[in-house]
Amino acid sequence: MKYIDEFRNKEIVKKLATRIKELEPQGINLMEVCGTHTMVIFRSGIKQILPQGLNIISGPGCPVCVTDQMDIDRMLKLAGIKDVIVTSFGDMLRVPGTTSSLEKERAQGCDIRSVYSPLDSLEIARDNRNKEVVFLAVGFETTSPAIASAIADARKNKLDNFSIYPCHKLIPPALETLLKAKELKLDGFICPGHVSSIIGSASYEFVASQHKIPCVISGFEPVDILESVLMLLKQIREKRSTVEIQYKRAVQPQGNILAQELLKTVFTPADARWRGLGTIPQSGLDLNSDFNKFDARERFDLTVKNPSIPKNCLCGQVLRGVRTPAQCGLFAKACTPENPYGPCMVSSEGTCAAWYKYNR
Amino acid sequence: MCLAIPVKVIKIKEKSAEVDMSGVKRLVDVRFLEDLKAGDYVLVHAGFAIEKIDEEQAKETLKLLEQIYYDEQK
Amino acid sequence: MARAWSLLKGPALPGINTTVNMEDKILLGHGSGGKLSHRLLKEIIFPYFSNPILDKADDAAVFDCKGRLAFTTDSFVVQPLFFPGGDIGKLAVCGTVNDLAVMGAKPLYLTAACIVEEGFEISLLKKLIRSMAQAAKHAGVKIVGGDLKVVEKGSCDGIFINTTGIGLVPPGIKISGNNAKAGDAVIINGNIGEHGAAVMSARNDYKLKTNIKSDCAGLNHLICGILKASNKIHVMRDPTRGGVATTLNEIALQSKAQIQIEEDSLPIPEAVRGICELLGIDPLYMANEGKVLIFCPENESKKVLSAMRNDPLGRNSRIIGRVVKKDNPLVLLRTAIGSTRIMDMLTGEQLPRIC
Repeated sequence: MKYIDEFRNKEIVKKLATRIKELEPQGINLMEVCGTHTMVIFRSGIKQILPQGLNIISGPGCPVCVTDQMDIDRMLKLAGIKDVIVTSFGDMLRVPGTTSSLEKERAQGCDIRSVYSPLDSLEIARDNRNKEVVFLAVGFETTSPAIASAIADARKNKLDNFSIYPCHKLIPPALETLLKAKELKLDGFICPGHVSSIIGSASYEFVASQHKIPCVISGFEPVDILESVLMLLKQIREKRSTVEIQYKRAVQPQGNILAQELLKTVFTPADARWRGLGTIPQSGLDLNSDFNKFDARERFDLTVKNPSIPKNCLCGQVLRGVRTPAQCGLFAKACTPENPYGPCMVSSEGTCAAWYKYNR
Repeated sequence: MCLAIPVKVIKIKEKSAEVDMSGVKRLVDVRFLEDLKAGDYVLVHAGFAIEKIDEEQAKETLKLLEQIYYDEQK
Repeated sequence: MARAWSLLKGPALPGINTTVNMEDKILLGHGSGGKLSHRLLKEIIFPYFSNPILDKADDAAVFDCKGRLAFTTDSFVVQPLFFPGGDIGKLAVCGTVNDLAVMGAKPLYLTAACIVEEGFEISLLKKLIRSMAQAAKHAGVKIVGGDLKVVEKGSCDGIFINTTGIGLVPPGIKISGNNAKAGDAVIINGNIGEHGAAVMSARNDYKLKTNIKSDCAGLNHLICGILKASNKIHVMRDPTRGGVATTLNEIALQSKAQIQIEEDSLPIPEAVRGICELLGIDPLYMANEGKVLIFCPENESKKVLSAMRNDPLGRNSRIIGRVVKKDNPLVLLRTAIGSTRIMDMLTGEQLPRIC
């Protein structure tokens, strides 16, 4: 497969690993903030070929995992409303809320459907005019343009029975929060390639210039990730801190302007509550007033009791990178993919799921 | 967090394109890309083409990487 | 055998129009054992399945059988009912034939029980019955009994089929999931993930167009060839739902063995890779319906592979891994970049990833 296979070349991977070893990293912590990076790193076994002195930490890169428990409970309440069809990316279905999950509610008879694209959700709305169709808008900047398109099309085609539960998150504010918290010694960020295809590289400048931490925007194949690690180590050795693009074939410094424009038309940054990180200013997206009627939180009464999280669940700390899944007392004992306590174990890009599946 | 894969554009119909991924075809929304033509490669996420693959850059990256490999061989 | 089938012997009852209109739909009456049932079975179902045991039209099939028996059942609820490379009927026959064959048994007889939804097109039922008959003929098995019930509209998804099968296990055959030995080669007869990919693309959920066909097939002739080539086969299993990864894990647990698979050796067709990359699914968890995993001593693998490659269903046979030791039951994958990681069993439903 073009642009995939070449970047999985075993020989190039080995040579990059050798170059990395030659730099003799000692006590270096690099953080990746993208669930897809988490999965590739574990699935391909990259950590095994990296030297001991180099630590790749998984951060809050899984949008399903960072969805707050209150939001999950409200989505479950939505699912139980008569004549509502809840549509969602498949990742969300098994996430445990305080008392249930979408998958369990579906088994009880709620109409909950997994879709590949928000446009599929629009089609369901078109085919079910007598029902309300809600799309659970969970995702980072890669996904929000797709959701903005669905909203724009819904307005254009007068699909008044369509709405979204806005739950998007923005990565740069989360990086700011992690850096300010200073819980970890962080020496570099492996930045998410596809988020950056949309937002470009300027959004990470503050990390490099104010916090003096190198950033490299990375692609998703093993060769990409290793080349990014090498680029970060070189910056660290040379005491530089800039934002570099490793994923040049898919990221322009300015990002995707058309996508950014649509986002501005439909959404406005707003404060958002993240699992594990608390409320982060301007880290979510609310609908602009023109599009307010497509907000399911305005359309339906989604009041729920105070949510609760299982005792001893360390998802929050895992998301901040301060604990590994193995350091959670529930990991692989009480908490397993079949019986998850938190989203990190059940999301297909959750850190605990990756550890359990590939590393236990 | 954002699974997107490179696929080849086969045909463009207004704001949609038929793309091919190793013999698997799908229609995707291309409203975020301009000057697209058949034969281009695009990244597809959630039914949308979010960026065009810069083939020159891809070649450049691979050339540099292969150099690392060949340098090591000497 | 259902009482309804016993009405099939003899001339049509007086007063019945013996022509069933192919455009008709299944009614509740077709499952009630009365005239409508009689007509359906006599004119559509029975002619395709005819054989001396079934033709006796008794309440149960009676036959002689000496030796160790293999006995299995399976129910089929696939959607859509028709997919590239097969349909639920073919699947129902091949699936049960294969479950017998992988125990080393010669499949002999099947029963087929259908639960059909009111309103189901009779022409489609005819297609499925014909498909089952063809699959049975190809496998050399006889369908010697069955049942047909009709449920109210909405009570089932078109049609559900259960098949039960009996086969004869020759003396000396000791094939079981607990029988893997250290050093065994792990062999597969060809491409993985085709059935799962074909069904996924036939369901309109993901709006994909592909040429992928299900690998649905009866494996008993291929397996017969394997058992002729070697009498030292330790394990055979067909990796159906849950894919190769899940089946390997089942065997690892049963045999208390550690298995290592080589990622580079896995035969995954490009189009299956394409669907999997697009939807974020792992081909190791995609269903197969015409594949068998064989565990045999390393020094038997050459002749086993040779026998397999002689069969149309085994042209792409290859070794994909080894049993490392009889300890610490686990399945490991040596990745394309040379690292080793766990290959776990499938958890839940495999949903397409986005994020």
